[in-house]
Amino acid sequence: MMNEEVLKQPMTQEFPKELPNSLNGDLRSKLMRWETLLMVFVAIAFFTNTQISPYFLDPWSLSDATFNFTEKAIIALPMALLIIARDIDLSVASTIALASVAMGFANTMGAGPIELALIGMAVGTVAGFVNGWIITKFDIPAIVVTIGTMSLYRGIAYIVLGDDVYRSYPSDFAFFGQGYVWGVLSFEFVLFLGLAIVFGILLHKTTFGRRVYAIGNNPTAALFSGINVKRHRLFLFTLVGLFAGVAAVLLTSRIGSTRPSIAMGWELEVITMVVLGGVNILGGAGSIVGVFIAVFLMGLVTFGMGLMNVPGIVMSIFTGFLLILVIGTPIIWRRFLTVRKMRSKSGG
Amino acid sequence: MKNTSFFGKLISHREWLLGAIIVLMLVGVGYTAPFFVTPSNLAEAFDDTSILIMLACAQMLVILTRCIDLSVASNIALTGMCVALFNVAYPETPALVTLILSIGIGIVLGAFNGVLVWLVGIPSIVVTLGTMSVYRGFVFLLSDGEWVNAHEMTPQFLALPRATFLDLTVLSWIAIAVTLALFVFTRFTKTGLSIFAVGGNPKAAVYSGLNVGKHQFITFCISGAVAGMCGYLWVSRYAVAYVEVALAFELQVVAACVIGGISIAGGIGTIWGAALGAIFLGLIKNALPVIGISPFWQLAISGLVIVLAVIINSRSEKRGGRRILREAHQ
Repeated sequence: MMNEEVLKQPMTQEFPKELPNSLNGDLRSKLMRWETLLMVFVAIAFFTNTQISPYFLDPWSLSDATFNFTEKAIIALPMALLIIARDIDLSVASTIALASVAMGFANTMGAGPIELALIGMAVGTVAGFVNGWIITKFDIPAIVVTIGTMSLYRGIAYIVLGDDVYRSYPSDFAFFGQGYVWGVLSFEFVLFLGLAIVFGILLHKTTFGRRVYAIGNNPTAALFSGINVKRHRLFLFTLVGLFAGVAAVLLTSRIGSTRPSIAMGWELEVITMVVLGGVNILGGAGSIVGVFIAVFLMGLVTFGMGLMNVPGIVMSIFTGFLLILVIGTPIIWRRFLTVRKMRSKSGG
Repeated sequence: MKNTSFFGKLISHREWLLGAIIVLMLVGVGYTAPFFVTPSNLAEAFDDTSILIMLACAQMLVILTRCIDLSVASNIALTGMCVALFNVAYPETPALVTLILSIGIGIVLGAFNGVLVWLVGIPSIVVTLGTMSVYRGFVFLLSDGEWVNAHEMTPQFLALPRATFLDLTVLSWIAIAVTLALFVFTRFTKTGLSIFAVGGNPKAAVYSGLNVGKHQFITFCISGAVAGMCGYLWVSRYAVAYVEVALAFELQVVAACVIGGISIAGGIGTIWGAALGAIFLGLIKNALPVIGISPFWQLAISGLVIVLAVIINSRSEKRGGRRILREAHQ
């Protein structure tokens, strides 16, 4: 590929090829960061929304707005780690369907709310582990395996449920997706905030996080540096599965029913969130802060379009362009800078 | 490292193995339900699989260059809607002109992907994930969410894929022609052979004077052209155009390629493999109801087959020299 060198470089300015002694750059490089740009977009989206609807700033309305992205955002956090480590999981939405069907089935057997949640999370974890096991054991690209399990997991959901629907979950079960912890703060949202902090620390402040970057930047070098690459990848896939299970619990509890077509197409929205957050789709770079802001950006934009009665399918045009634009702009910008540098060198 | 065991030899000829499995399945299904293997029924099943075969063969070229085109299903929906609306607006247009128009629209949509991959340098999975949503969204904008139904389409618009010639539908013949054309393209033309070089080892290809990005662009155009043509054929065969046409069909297309032994890492694969992979999936789809299994099993079975196929492929792909080269260039 002509542009392979360009692509291999990290997207954000955070991790240049030679790691400096300190990651705290000067003010200018801080302002030029991807996260800063995202914040500007969030501010614009927020301001636009206040202009569109006078009800937007109402705390309850804001709280309602969080519901349509929280579950996806919870998967986006571990997915960011997975993509930074050069892998990808396209089966998350199908994992949700499988976990949700398992919960629905357990419910007909008379399981209580806590048991249901545990079953959902367990099924998700197993699904993620199976992905990771096949990928690391046979050394196959994650994208093909998870395209396969994407069919397989949702297929199992269809075999179990067919045209049917599971309803009548216990009323206590509704707390996970509909309950409020404090005032307007929903359980879902508080969980997401807590998880964002946990994942931020995990990726940016622990040895494990450093290893994730190392694996993503150069798996062979990581292996030779004594990192058990396979075990780390397996763990990351299992982690993504676990949180797909958590999302399944929240979603099933929120809508109170299970169909095999539940969460259809979510994998793309989750990946868009991660990539929009500045995570390099080719691995090696990205931050949880970026993903965190991107989640709000997508949430605000979709909510704003909802306020304007834009149909969901038209929003997908926007999401699609956003994805291409967000990845394409830095690449073109960097090439522009390189060309300018070369010109000025040859000129002077 | 040549695999010398019988099984090893067998899986190194994946097309033959897949062909044998297909024949075995036909025999098995024919044993329980003899009418399934009658020529007319097989012709019908082939007709039903034709679109998948063409798309799989075109997708193979894209995968050979280490890219992936996930936007084909949306391309089908958008091109299908375009030609359906065109047909409503200009009912007297001959079907052949509509077919050419659909190929043209398809090329434009494919070229858009290709330009973003080639000149901008965005990874193909990101580009086509994006255009997958974008193209599908445009179908809604074009149609306002309305359906174009059979009674709004002209008879000649509907007749083309259904017309029969030598006991096979025109749709089936188009699929055979496209498969043969792509076979000749990959085997006997300079560009076609270069595609293998570009995917097998991009660095070496660049040093041999090949423009990697340009070849990727060409494969996206071919994939787009075939998808566009399939857009017209799909809408005309099922006599309806709406937003969700061919929803998630891209996964079946990629699945057919994977089953057919096309390596997602690029450079390895044959047209026969892709076509047989598609036929295999089509056979499962058509045989399940016949042997009394609910169609709800189809998704899980194809998922399982994909996973098994990639595991088997990974075993036979582990050839010494290749591996070292691939790891060294990372």
